[in-house]
Amino acid sequence: MGEIIEINGPLVRVRLPGVLNGEQVKIGTLELVGEVISRDADLAMVQVYESTEGVRPGESVVALGHPLSVELGPGLLGQIYDGVQRPLTRIQAISGDHIARGLDVPALDRARSWAFTPLPDLAPGSAVSGGMILGRVPETRTITHRILVPPEVSGTLLEIVPAGEYTLDQVIARVATKNGEEYPLFLYHRWSVRRPRPYAKRDHAVAPLITGQRILDTFFPLLKGGKGAVPGPFGAGKTVVQQQIARWSNADIVIYVGCGERGNELVDILETFPELQDPRTGRSLMERTLLVANTSNMPVVAREASIYVGVTLAEYYRDQGYDVVMVADSTSRWAEALREVAGRLGQMPVEEGYPAYLASRLAAFYERAGLVVTLGGARGSVTLIGAVSPPGGDFSEPVTSHTKEIVGTFWALSKELADARHYPSVAWTESFSSYVATAANWWKEHVSDQWAGARSKALGLLLQADELGRIVNLVGPEALSPAQRWVLEGASLLKEGVLQQSALDEVDSYASPEKQFILLDLVLQIYREGQELITLGVPIQQLMRLTILGRARRIKGMYASNQLDGLRNFSQDIQADCQRLRIEYSEPEKQSA
Amino acid sequence: MREKEYRLASAARGGLLFMRGVPGVAFADRVVVRDYRGRLRNGQVIRTSEELVLIQVLEGVDDLDLERTWVRFLDEPVELPVSPGLMGRIFNGTGLPRDHRPRLISSLRRNVNGSPVNPAARAYPREFIQTGISTIDGLNSLVRGQKLPIFSGSGLPHNRLAAQIVRQARLLSEDARFAVVFAAMGVSYADARFFEEDFEASGVLGNVVMFMNLADDPPIERLILPRTALTAAEYLAYDLDLHVLVVMTDMTHYAEALREVATAKGDVPSRKGYPGYLYSDLAELYERAGRIKNRHGSITFVPILSMPSDDITHPIPDLTGYITEGQIVLSRELHNQGVYPPVNISPSLSRLMKDGVGKDFTREDHPRVASQLYASYARAQEIRNLASIIGASDLSETDRRYLTFAERFETHFVSQGENEDRSIVETLNIAWDLLSLLPPELLSRVREADIAKYHRGDEAQVSQEAHALS
Repeated sequence: MGEIIEINGPLVRVRLPGVLNGEQVKIGTLELVGEVISRDADLAMVQVYESTEGVRPGESVVALGHPLSVELGPGLLGQIYDGVQRPLTRIQAISGDHIARGLDVPALDRARSWAFTPLPDLAPGSAVSGGMILGRVPETRTITHRILVPPEVSGTLLEIVPAGEYTLDQVIARVATKNGEEYPLFLYHRWSVRRPRPYAKRDHAVAPLITGQRILDTFFPLLKGGKGAVPGPFGAGKTVVQQQIARWSNADIVIYVGCGERGNELVDILETFPELQDPRTGRSLMERTLLVANTSNMPVVAREASIYVGVTLAEYYRDQGYDVVMVADSTSRWAEALREVAGRLGQMPVEEGYPAYLASRLAAFYERAGLVVTLGGARGSVTLIGAVSPPGGDFSEPVTSHTKEIVGTFWALSKELADARHYPSVAWTESFSSYVATAANWWKEHVSDQWAGARSKALGLLLQADELGRIVNLVGPEALSPAQRWVLEGASLLKEGVLQQSALDEVDSYASPEKQFILLDLVLQIYREGQELITLGVPIQQLMRLTILGRARRIKGMYASNQLDGLRNFSQDIQADCQRLRIEYSEPEKQSA
Repeated sequence: MREKEYRLASAARGGLLFMRGVPGVAFADRVVVRDYRGRLRNGQVIRTSEELVLIQVLEGVDDLDLERTWVRFLDEPVELPVSPGLMGRIFNGTGLPRDHRPRLISSLRRNVNGSPVNPAARAYPREFIQTGISTIDGLNSLVRGQKLPIFSGSGLPHNRLAAQIVRQARLLSEDARFAVVFAAMGVSYADARFFEEDFEASGVLGNVVMFMNLADDPPIERLILPRTALTAAEYLAYDLDLHVLVVMTDMTHYAEALREVATAKGDVPSRKGYPGYLYSDLAELYERAGRIKNRHGSITFVPILSMPSDDITHPIPDLTGYITEGQIVLSRELHNQGVYPPVNISPSLSRLMKDGVGKDFTREDHPRVASQLYASYARAQEIRNLASIIGASDLSETDRRYLTFAERFETHFVSQGENEDRSIVETLNIAWDLLSLLPPELLSRVREADIAKYHRGDEAQVSQEAHALS
């Protein structure tokens, strides 16, 4: 038991000898929860996850004996949690429209019972170790929850319950550890969020994360187990890109962390995801989704915690053998929360007020991504995608520049493209992916061996057109040769027919890898045929009048990913139209005669 | 400790009063400061320990000494009494009357800091609000419960635009008018008077609650004023079931007051001297807009901010843009050309538009028309730049059509009268008049069915061009 010395916004100085750095404490008569961030003699500095309004010096402080940790067990999916894993739907039932302070609500519902089936080969006497699967619980209709032995427990099984319905408070197994202690196991266990969960070994990521977004999958691929970032100034469409990833990516579990962002964006997900179908299972998307919400008006300290809560939940599903995608929107708000606390502690600012440990914290966070062999021997992955909100859209600011050094895929959003309503506004000049070679193997095996060639051809065309565009801006299009003007048209077709993708259009919102490749191939086919026709002397004006150009721009929205024959037929139309011109111009003498 | 008055001030600077040796003062509580002439000021505890208590004095610390200043700690948070009697009244930032009428007495008092809305309790804003202004309704639609700021600059007609929105805003589905909460921070007397007279002339004054802090009022009061105003708005929306429109001007003055106090407190500055918590602080205000499940009322929030030197990357508009659901940006160039409202559509955006327009809300083609107008105007701007270099005569015929489109877009679509209340159908029809200047094959954002139904065809183009030339 200690006492409060000083209150300065979310930071409270307390006298509490013996408390550990990182330990959770309860503050004052309101019993607000906080975390010790530094010790100095018998004083401790506590950051409090809730507003400290009304707290007085002299009130009592109690140490809780454990660090910030989360409850891991069935019932997580479909939930919306705050930054310290308090269940917001159940809090609403208790405290109404607004979040009351000092509520102590367990993250997982204790009243609910789950159908647990133990693994058949487990019996008293079996040796068990951390991360092993004890049994299964159908969590949602699509996801089977594998009940794990907590990572740091191992020994001999004394008892395991038969299949049946159990609540989280009921013991499902007992383990005798090496030094003879008896350890009860439940359907859930706790894990400290600031410690990465252990695994057996890391592996190389091999498969791309398919998001159904052409500019992402085809041009700047991300791998399952990779790290990606989406930086962009406000209004560039960051949120839509992230929501599209959450919606369509071929992961088993999606964790969406709304970190210091708008409340309405989370509501959008909460209202639309239950209605949307998972393209692979046909079930509601909400059954595989979990939300962590610390909106911008919620206390800033819990914002700092929210991405660790999110990534720990992601690791837990990874340990069950699932591919998990975690989207953090936005890591800039998380960094600002760090800065705010550092500023109040009077720590020396380095760049733009950020503390010196910004870069190392960011790197440590992204390092929790990866494809692993779990302790139980399965394979699972965590893919981390962080949004970055650079002030003024300036990519040289600290959070963006540090993130750029860490991630493998960088989807740079551009204000200019967004202003022209070119969405997704991923700029092909500034974005990069270091996973292209690995992704190429996958595309070769599953879609087409032409993928890598088509991709670099298209990128080359875009860059060439950007270069020509600068000339046009100086001297006008008439100064260009017909072949150069055809490059501009080819790039324009690529932009409108392939890169631009409407999240709002039912047909266009998701494109399967096959559809992505066919669309790209069609545009390149038009470009190639046109190039050839120009060498035959066909005037550029005549090429520009071809109706296939208009169709190529619209066809993405006409055939869904399961109607690819429509797209393939278009290829013949292109050939036919070009053939007609070719015949007309390849025998000019005959015609004039 | 309410009964006791302390005379223990140890320093007074930058709007802050430092007190030594007052034990057990609660964080964020309200205090009353009595100066040597017996005048009372309001304050709030912003830092507290047994040794030192920091008080932010809302009326400032000018004309205070340390020896004869008495402080009473009220043991209660800063609260606003609320009742239906708020309507038609004018208050200052702390909720005291400015209209020479009696104080509002009510047993119902609300903490002005509010508490965060549970995201799980929010309802997604969807209902289209018709403001009668084409650039907003057609391209950047406002929906009920949205926060959509106006980014402006000094000398631009943001006040006239805001007043027009207040006069004309209505929901298509209901007859109910909006109740208006108007909050002014650091504005000139003339600007405040403009709004008052405009509300009076249009007969909405009885529906308006005003909170005023003029340019010569104490700047520290601007920190509490938007909170007081939003507390009134929450009461009107969720207790009285009204649709509330909050207009707040000028957020830049608010942020400057915040910077002033932060500097006095010795906070570490981040960009341009603004404190690192400017984002969180602004979010606490902006996020109080919205809709809540199973509640009839709503808060739609239109803050106005002037961008220092028209710089949209300045921390205030920048952080605001990251919190609000879009922005309406005014352009000095259009204003100088005599276009009213001078809305610069390229950087303007409404994030919630996608779910509030189209088939069940406005008209089926609306989202695609908006997207097409944006794309065509962006293309036309490129051609304009080109024409300024190589001359319009060297342009192709299509490119010249784009130029006509851009010009007529600005004069016919963007530009409209200050009292012109266009219905959404009128706005969309004007849009199609303009899009018909362009050949259908260049309109890739609309569907073929839209073109068949609304495009005036080639003949229309010819006659319109003739019309444009005449």
